[in-house]
Amino acid sequence: MAKTKVRKNFHQARWDEPIIYDLSTPGLRGIIPPEADAEISAAYSGVMSKLPAEVKRKSSIDLPEVDQKHVLQHWLHLSQETMGSNISNDISEGTCTMKYNPRVNETIIADPGFAELHPDQDPDTVQGMLEIFYKFENMLKEVSGMDYVSLQPGGGNHAVYTAASIVRAYHAARGEAEQRDTVITTIFSHPCDAAAPATAGYKIVTVYPDERGVPDIEAIRAAADEHTAAIFMTNPEDIGIYNPYADQIVDIIHGVGGLCFYDQANANAFLGVARAREAGFDMCHFNVHKTFGTPHGSSGPATGALCVRDYLAKYLPVPVTQFDGQKYWLDYDRPESLGKIREYLGVASVVLKAYAWTMMMGDEGLRECAEISVINNNYMQKLMAEIPKMDEAFKGNGIVRQEQIRYSFGKLTEKTGVGSDDANRRMLDYGIPWFWSSHHPWVIPEPMTLEPCETYTKEDIEEYVEVVKAVVGEALKDPDLVKNAPYNSAIHKRKNEQNLDDPKKWALTWKVFKKKFKVD
Amino acid sequence: MKKIGLIVNPVAGIGGKVGLKGSDGIDTQRRARELGAVPESDRKAELALRKLHESLEDADSAEIYTWPGAMGGDIAKGFPFRTHVIGELGEGGTTASDTMDAAVALKAVGVDLILFAGGDGTARNILDAVGDGVPVLGIPAGCKIHSAVYAVNPRSAGELVASFVEGRVRDTRESEVMDIDEELFREDRVDAKLYGYLRVPNAGQKVQNLKSGRGYSESGSIEFLSRCVADSLEDDTLYIVGGGSTTKRIMGAVGLPDTLLGIDLFRNRKIVKNDAAERDILGALGEYPKAKIIVTVIGGQGYLFGRGNQQISAEVIKRVGRDNIIIAASKDKMNSLFGQPLYVDTGDDEVNASLTGYHKILVGYDDYVVFKVAC
Repeated sequence: MAKTKVRKNFHQARWDEPIIYDLSTPGLRGIIPPEADAEISAAYSGVMSKLPAEVKRKSSIDLPEVDQKHVLQHWLHLSQETMGSNISNDISEGTCTMKYNPRVNETIIADPGFAELHPDQDPDTVQGMLEIFYKFENMLKEVSGMDYVSLQPGGGNHAVYTAASIVRAYHAARGEAEQRDTVITTIFSHPCDAAAPATAGYKIVTVYPDERGVPDIEAIRAAADEHTAAIFMTNPEDIGIYNPYADQIVDIIHGVGGLCFYDQANANAFLGVARAREAGFDMCHFNVHKTFGTPHGSSGPATGALCVRDYLAKYLPVPVTQFDGQKYWLDYDRPESLGKIREYLGVASVVLKAYAWTMMMGDEGLRECAEISVINNNYMQKLMAEIPKMDEAFKGNGIVRQEQIRYSFGKLTEKTGVGSDDANRRMLDYGIPWFWSSHHPWVIPEPMTLEPCETYTKEDIEEYVEVVKAVVGEALKDPDLVKNAPYNSAIHKRKNEQNLDDPKKWALTWKVFKKKFKVD
Repeated sequence: MKKIGLIVNPVAGIGGKVGLKGSDGIDTQRRARELGAVPESDRKAELALRKLHESLEDADSAEIYTWPGAMGGDIAKGFPFRTHVIGELGEGGTTASDTMDAAVALKAVGVDLILFAGGDGTARNILDAVGDGVPVLGIPAGCKIHSAVYAVNPRSAGELVASFVEGRVRDTRESEVMDIDEELFREDRVDAKLYGYLRVPNAGQKVQNLKSGRGYSESGSIEFLSRCVADSLEDDTLYIVGGGSTTKRIMGAVGLPDTLLGIDLFRNRKIVKNDAAERDILGALGEYPKAKIIVTVIGGQGYLFGRGNQQISAEVIKRVGRDNIIIAASKDKMNSLFGQPLYVDTGDDEVNASLTGYHKILVGYDDYVVFKVAC
């Protein structure tokens, strides 16, 4: 078992690394291929003329010109300036379900039997992969209680957007698409539960919680009417409080003719314990890349699994993987389907890793995952409560927390002026990755959201709390020490935070930067 | 037993309903009377004392010290409290110096708390007279309620004083006294200044928060909600638009001139009346009964009606109807109010009650939050 270690002398590499464009030397090449033989040149020299004009660039692409050694050096330096997931104490990333991702699954997807498949292959030649899609869908049906699953969405938001599109198709089929123009959500649901339906064209009504931190059911009752298309709600909510009224809310929304979508991106709290079906929901989704053991957080691709009841299955995107008892096949003949929402079936590597992880866990393992996650979180809560000036959302409301908690430095800020961002930078000096404060808006003052998933040891939790305690102690003794942090990290304190909120000062690529700010 | 000082500023709020945006100065008060204004501070003080009397287990546990006539004596004598009327009124109408003289005298007799009915001008006078030497509590009765020394409404003031008298509320907290320049205010410019601090009983929601200043980072939210309102206007409908920087942006999105802190009326995208008084609104409603009210949530206090928009009176609200009220505020503003309801204080209990319950607040384009309204 790992030992607790508060790393007081942590020091990160700081390379002062230039942007790769600044390393560019005109004419320099990483690889110079040999000249083709005369015979080959003669046969293929005119190949470019066969391309349609509209796909040909009118000017050469502006890429950095750097040799191999310096490309490798550049990326190695950058990697050393990250905190790295799986190698740090990632309890920081609350709501992200940062659990350890077994390395063996990376070996499986590197196997040529999988890695060399192409999605354009004839289904008869990829029966194994189709079987894994089909069987993993069945596993998620069991976990959610839903009747059909699509693994096409490329992430959680994509799944939520697909759900919003199904809501529209459902009401359109009943002649009520125009009338039902509103989706209800709650302020501590994931922001995509408002943003995705809004992108799909819905008006959004957001409900705040009552004094205990639970969505105000009377407000939902007041908001629900003949214009309600659906409710999109997360449970447990992002502050770690389980909404005990989920089934009653479903009754309210169904009572006015709306559909109910259950955002289960926080499913680590109840795998094998509670299901969307029994709560009465029409649809739900899982973030396969979080809950089901595959990497994420900029270290791996994603999959959002959309699960629906049988009466909504006809709207699912095509193709749908089917099994006729003999072989697996792709069903495109679904006239009421939304159509395609991305290329091919989905992200096969995520599905394969998640299938392997779930098979390894088994049904009892999934439940144990949820139980340990909740126990870890409640143990951490007890330790955090001993830290002076540490507060949490709706503290003392008598509700046992689920898998995560939104803590608050609000009292510390009142006393010392040290806030969430200051503490975050200082914790980097102890080798702890940047913690997740909160989705916006910051309803809870100076927030910090922590999620000690099932793969963290008691010592990991204690180490994390010790670092928080050390930083709070520093803030009470010498606030400027924390406000001016970090000192030993690769990142620096931003001078003008407000610039982040000013689109006029944004440049998301080097090319945009050069153009926008007229840099030569 | 606690000694409670009572000061009523008889002219507080007199300029509100007639659209004068304040009552400071004898000329303004005269003009307000010419326009038909009737003082309301005495009635509000009376409501507070009634609630105080109802809330106290023993009326003898509070003793009232007050100034003569309209400054408190007339109202106090209607209640069975032991009452001491001290001081003398000067010739003619009351002025700021009467308020200051009363505050000094009440402090001198050792009152435990001064309960005053007035607005920001009255609060400033008390601050100048006694500083934070004695706890105070304001009954909101003025046009300008930017300071944080007032109870939410007259009844809450009565309840809070009862809690103070009976020892359930012991703590006090320093609360801001703010005021705006009325002359600039009438020119649509807000110049709010912090004048100092008074000590008020610390009882959570029963005391109004400091009204926040101008918005800045909320700009995008207000832009979106303004466009939403402008895109959703109904034909042949009279729009009664309350004051504030948010509603000014809405008027801008519609393409119409606005009175920052006054009430504007428009219909079919044409101005019916800028800076309308209550009687202007009622007149317009007579001509155009199909109407909607657009108001914003006032600063850190969370008020919809009864603060700075008294022209949209209880009668106006009654005639327009609850379902035709559009409430628009930035997301930041609503988040700052999380944990408390919004308030209405129209001066009419029936109308106040009809407005309670849940309302949708427009915070962006087709983007709403649900908040509870209380009175």
